[in-house]
Amino acid sequence: MAKIGVFICHCGENIGAKVDCTKLAAAMGEHPGVAVSVEYKYFCSDPGQESVKRAIRENNLTGVVVAACSPRMHEATFRKACAEAGLNPYLCEIANIREQCSWVHTDNGQATEKAMDITRSMVEKVKRNNKLQPIEVPVTRRALVIGGGIAGIQAALDIANAGQEVVLVEREPSLGGHMAQLSETFPTLDCSQCIMTPRMVEAAQHPKIRLLTYSEIESVDGYIGNFSVRVRMKSRYVDIDKCTGCGDCITKCPAKKISSEFDCGLGKRTAIYTPFAQSVPNIPVIDKANCIYFKNGKCKICSKTCQCSAIDFDMPDTFVDLEIGAIVVATGFQVQNNTMYGEYGYGTYPDVINGLQFERLASASGPTAGKIQRPSDGAEPQTVVFIQCAGSRDPSKGVRYCSKICCMYTAKHAMLYAHKVHGGKTHIFYMDIRAAGKGYDEFSRRAIEEDEAAYLRGRVSKVWQENGKLMVRGVDTLLGRPVEIAADMVVLATAIIAQPDAKDFAKTIGIGYDEYGFYNEAHLKLRPVESSTAGVFLAGACQSPKDIPDSVAQASATASKVLALFSKDMLEREPVVATNNEATCAGCWGCVLACPYNAIEQKDILDRSGRIIKRVASVNPGLCQGCGTCVTFCRSNSLDLAGFTEKQIFAEVMGL
Amino acid sequence: MSEPFEPKIIAFVCTYCTYAGADLAGTSRLKYAPNVRIIRLPCTGRISPMFILKALQKGADGVLISGCHPGDCHFTHGNYHARRRWMVFRALLDFIGIPPERVKYSWISAAEGVKFAEFINTVTEDIRKLGPFEQYSQLIEQTQASASL
Repeated sequence: MAKIGVFICHCGENIGAKVDCTKLAAAMGEHPGVAVSVEYKYFCSDPGQESVKRAIRENNLTGVVVAACSPRMHEATFRKACAEAGLNPYLCEIANIREQCSWVHTDNGQATEKAMDITRSMVEKVKRNNKLQPIEVPVTRRALVIGGGIAGIQAALDIANAGQEVVLVEREPSLGGHMAQLSETFPTLDCSQCIMTPRMVEAAQHPKIRLLTYSEIESVDGYIGNFSVRVRMKSRYVDIDKCTGCGDCITKCPAKKISSEFDCGLGKRTAIYTPFAQSVPNIPVIDKANCIYFKNGKCKICSKTCQCSAIDFDMPDTFVDLEIGAIVVATGFQVQNNTMYGEYGYGTYPDVINGLQFERLASASGPTAGKIQRPSDGAEPQTVVFIQCAGSRDPSKGVRYCSKICCMYTAKHAMLYAHKVHGGKTHIFYMDIRAAGKGYDEFSRRAIEEDEAAYLRGRVSKVWQENGKLMVRGVDTLLGRPVEIAADMVVLATAIIAQPDAKDFAKTIGIGYDEYGFYNEAHLKLRPVESSTAGVFLAGACQSPKDIPDSVAQASATASKVLALFSKDMLEREPVVATNNEATCAGCWGCVLACPYNAIEQKDILDRSGRIIKRVASVNPGLCQGCGTCVTFCRSNSLDLAGFTEKQIFAEVMGL
Repeated sequence: MSEPFEPKIIAFVCTYCTYAGADLAGTSRLKYAPNVRIIRLPCTGRISPMFILKALQKGADGVLISGCHPGDCHFTHGNYHARRRWMVFRALLDFIGIPPERVKYSWISAAEGVKFAEFINTVTEDIRKLGPFEQYSQLIEQTQASASL
């Protein structure tokens, strides 16, 4: 027999002035199953809570309804009080008679009537509440950071500096990501390599960081605090333990004409190579597709050169299995291929390049050692045209969104060019100058005022070659007239896009992505660094186009999330999770389709001799977030949601 | 008519958006019609069509459902499930003779206290115009009458 205690709070005059609490208490006292029904000025106060606890003990209450403010306000307070009085906290419910009753109605009679309905409905619910225990999940205190660009490195260092273990996985032969390719960074114009490479070294040498380069994630299983991750370490054909990084093999390699990915095709590399001189680790890899030995079966010059016998042409891929508690995804971005703009001639005219290629040209460690030379003949361009939004904000050919960083880097390019080529002319076609950020607008103004970047508001319709010049025809919409410029080089501010395999990778780790392949955060405003999968966090441009400060900030935010997760031995979670009745489950897997969290697994029901009788759904409480979508989907009413069971909700409806 | 008809309306809302929006209407001291009783659920995805039928059967003159805006669901896409379910269920309601206009569907975020108050007022007025919902009780009477024959 239910013995429910109803505690009606006046909240001073907030409730008391509109709702007749005495009448409400009397009416609830009459309701079947209610053992105690009392009113008080402030139940949330210390004496108020004490009186609730006393009533629980004296009357052996089986449930408590506090008719007061919103459960969002004091549910936790009263559940704690109940627990202290020996009552399971999940047997306490709040009837919201303040925010949703006394504060919003003018008529006392109607407000009192509504308060009665609300309280009665909650009494009916609480009669059917079950004792629940918080779910405890053990935590493996080891983080996996996927991606070794600036975001991944920052996240790894922050976690490791707090004393927790980190595995940092990078699929390229070296750490660094796109930031290592940049010449100088806006808005301070400090050299990217100078601030990036020390961080790369720090990450590689950190005692708490295990670095796996040239490695990719093969599979991710498990759930928050308990992921099992398999990493494929691609064969470098160079023994990382024996190699000293002397570079003799690279000098001797006869296959020298391979287009360098790191230099965006503007430079050349060998078949055994490190992406750039400051690579971390400074261990080369053999590019199997271009290696003469792998193609023809003859050569092995590198192997003969190597004094450490580090080269092993039979080296297989190896696998590493990791137990992981939290995952930071920092897989970065790519730049869009501009060949879809046939009218700009990218890919046809060698002197039409993209922004990342310009970075390599301007970089002191780039193919031209920092001299601005046009790719076709190495001449110094005297007039450069920059075309902004080449792909961004263009739903017809490119992408709809703004790539965020191009306005700033184009201003930077104009400045770098002006500093390096005295007397050179820059023209920048733009749609809008978006320079929101600390010091950003000042920076773009500096490009205009000090470095004489000529901004033209309008689009370019065509680029063609004429008398050794690139003719750029566009429009200046502010002056309302067409413009034609004879340029020596054209730089396209290309859109930032998601990694080409971003969607497949999202499926491997079980996170959501948007139509472009950028990863979805759990909540755009309030949970911007968490993915929708508990224990998986997002940092950097894999979530949306970002500049370096934003990527670093987001990476540090993920580190704080990971560290909060690692601050306990066991994770405690609200027990609002779905449960399945295996006796009635028919194994139709409708729930699997409904679940946004992949929390529903298949479970085999065996007979005594180990034969499978049937397969049923089984909810993993570590993954389940308690939305209840599966419960509504369930055709056989086998699934139910603890705390919001079918019985409880029907009882609430019947109580109204 | 001596007194205007006061409809009884039951609302099923998600705790993350609309319930919070209703709380905001309260903290902003907005005033709205007292006819709606709210039942809080984790997500609109949890709302079974059976709840709506039960509410109508219990004597509600109208039912309303509200949750996070599409794309804003705390549980990523529970509200999409709810919306799809509602599209089918509305057709079914029509088919079985329950006027679908007695069931209202809306998106109200945690920031939209004003929208919540306005929505409650509009729905209350709409349902008031439709008058008391008696088909269900008539149907029950008829079934019982035929069973007793």
